[in-house]
Amino acid sequence: MRNKWLAAPYVGWMALFVVAPLVLVVVYALTTRDGSFTLDNFSNMMQYAAVFGRSFLLAGIATVLCILLGYPMAYFLSRERGRLRSMATLLIMLPMWMNFLLRTYSWVFLLERNGFFNTLLSTIGLPKLDIINTQAAVVLGMVYNFLPFMVLPIFSVIVKIDHRIIEAAQDLGANSVQVFRRVILPLSLPGVLSGVTMVFIPSVSTFVISRLLGGGMSLLVGDLIEMQFLGSAYNPHLGSAISLVMMVIVLICMGVMNRFGEGEEEAVLL
Amino acid sequence: MKKTLALMLSLAMAASLMTGCVSSRDNNGGNGTGSSSDGAQQTSGGEVNVYNWGEYIDESVLEDFEEATGIHVNYQMYDSNETMYSMIAGGGTDYDVVIPSDYMIARMIEEDMLEPLNFDNIPNFADIDPELKNPEYDPENLYSVPYMWGLMGVIYNTTMVDEADLGSWDLLWNEKYAGDIVMIDNSRDAIGIALKRLGYSYNTTDPAQITEAVDTLIAQKPILQGYVMDEVFGKMEGANAAIGTYYYGDYLTMLENNPDLGFYIPEEGTNIYVDAMCILKSAPNKENAEAFINYMCSTEAGLKNCEEIWYSTPLMSVREELDPEVSSDPLAYPDETIMAQCESYAGLPQNILDLYDSEWTRLKSAN
Repeated sequence: MRNKWLAAPYVGWMALFVVAPLVLVVVYALTTRDGSFTLDNFSNMMQYAAVFGRSFLLAGIATVLCILLGYPMAYFLSRERGRLRSMATLLIMLPMWMNFLLRTYSWVFLLERNGFFNTLLSTIGLPKLDIINTQAAVVLGMVYNFLPFMVLPIFSVIVKIDHRIIEAAQDLGANSVQVFRRVILPLSLPGVLSGVTMVFIPSVSTFVISRLLGGGMSLLVGDLIEMQFLGSAYNPHLGSAISLVMMVIVLICMGVMNRFGEGEEEAVLL
Repeated sequence: MKKTLALMLSLAMAASLMTGCVSSRDNNGGNGTGSSSDGAQQTSGGEVNVYNWGEYIDESVLEDFEEATGIHVNYQMYDSNETMYSMIAGGGTDYDVVIPSDYMIARMIEEDMLEPLNFDNIPNFADIDPELKNPEYDPENLYSVPYMWGLMGVIYNTTMVDEADLGSWDLLWNEKYAGDIVMIDNSRDAIGIALKRLGYSYNTTDPAQITEAVDTLIAQKPILQGYVMDEVFGKMEGANAAIGTYYYGDYLTMLENNPDLGFYIPEEGTNIYVDAMCILKSAPNKENAEAFINYMCSTEAGLKNCEEIWYSTPLMSVREELDPEVSSDPLAYPDETIMAQCESYAGLPQNILDLYDSEWTRLKSAN
């Protein structure tokens, strides 16, 4: 703690770019256009319940899909050695070197009614896939974009599991299913937990994905907030209020999740 | 425990910040790049910050301007009047020239966001069609110089839509084409279409009529494929949708890429609009901005722009230079019978603007 002044730049950064904006959000949420105090921005919140519900549902589905896809991937990756592992890690990271927006745009062209996939499907005589501008496309976009954030934390936790523990379990007569269920899975949960955080939060607040792949048809909270600031219904006061409510809900979710992860803090921090 | 929470939150925030950042660039950018062509012409004459619609210029005109004047152009794009307004109203921007549509200009004049122009610096204003001078939205013509104008209408794919179904705004509500219709993604145009279809004025200030119009838009939502602005190009050119609604100039651009497309003006009437160049009150480079506006009104620049985007030009000299086939196109330069079907958007009072905002949110968040 002697060199605490080293943290000063970061504290300053946080104050300027995290705390100050948060204060502004609170101020905006509690005022009207002419600057007087109001709670109206909150009292109408119930009418957006459907939007909140849809966002949490789609983000939840995307998170579950990411676990189902990402966990086995991370597990097998951690058991590989050498070139194959570094190659696979590279392939997981590779898309992230490209701009998020470009990657999402390219899905639009792939999924379009006469886009790449459908042209391919109809050439080989299969029925067309009609998912562009549906909620399925939005979930697909979320899974595609955020999957690496699930794989990598799980991978780095499993990789660090002390191999002697696994050997001990085997020595005590556990078969490979038991080893996985009783040893590896519990020890890897912190990784899953931080993966869930890293996937769920950006998913629940995204607006580009739903705009591009959902065609503006299934409005998410992110879209709703963006609309109030940059979009077609300019009302930063309402936008701030929705943001605040969103933050509180996410905080509660995190709190609940942390209950699950009690005692595993170090791993969650990664 | 607390520390964990804080860290996870900041991680999450960083992650959402990343996505937020990228996407807001999309919003300014409309489609494609945000900034100007290249930085090659380093300034002797300073710079000018231009904020225009996407797909709304021949970008080589910017280079020509830089070469002619030595003024460096920072060029950014937006995809709707409302987006542009939000960006400016949000503050902190340093745009000089913006190109809003008529009704938005009226609102910005009303809210004291525009700077009166010094027409001594814009001699090419003399070339503007007198019919377009002193318009309703800027009665004394103090703030704006027309850039382009045109009509809105229905664009359809002739191979996918029956001819018998054409003619009215009803086509956009026709369940036969469920999943093949794309609707315009901004409040004024979308609600306007619904108002017109019900036989009301675009400029109604009767809240009941506006609410009724939005109710019909909510009823239309299940048969839509999506809400789009410039994405409509890809939708219509690639036959990914059968029916859309957009501006006639853009229809001509789409037609170059897909000859199966058709366009009509609905019998209930449609919108005629003017997009005009204005200078913001907060503009840091007012004289450069006037030089830019003046250059855009030159015959050379006007012709290049017109032949790139195919909107109707307000410049009389450009109209003379155009291919007669274009300049005699009744939909590009409409005669009086077509004009009689058209209504322009007027500025609306603040309480109605607020209603538009809340009704638009109601529409977009409906299931």
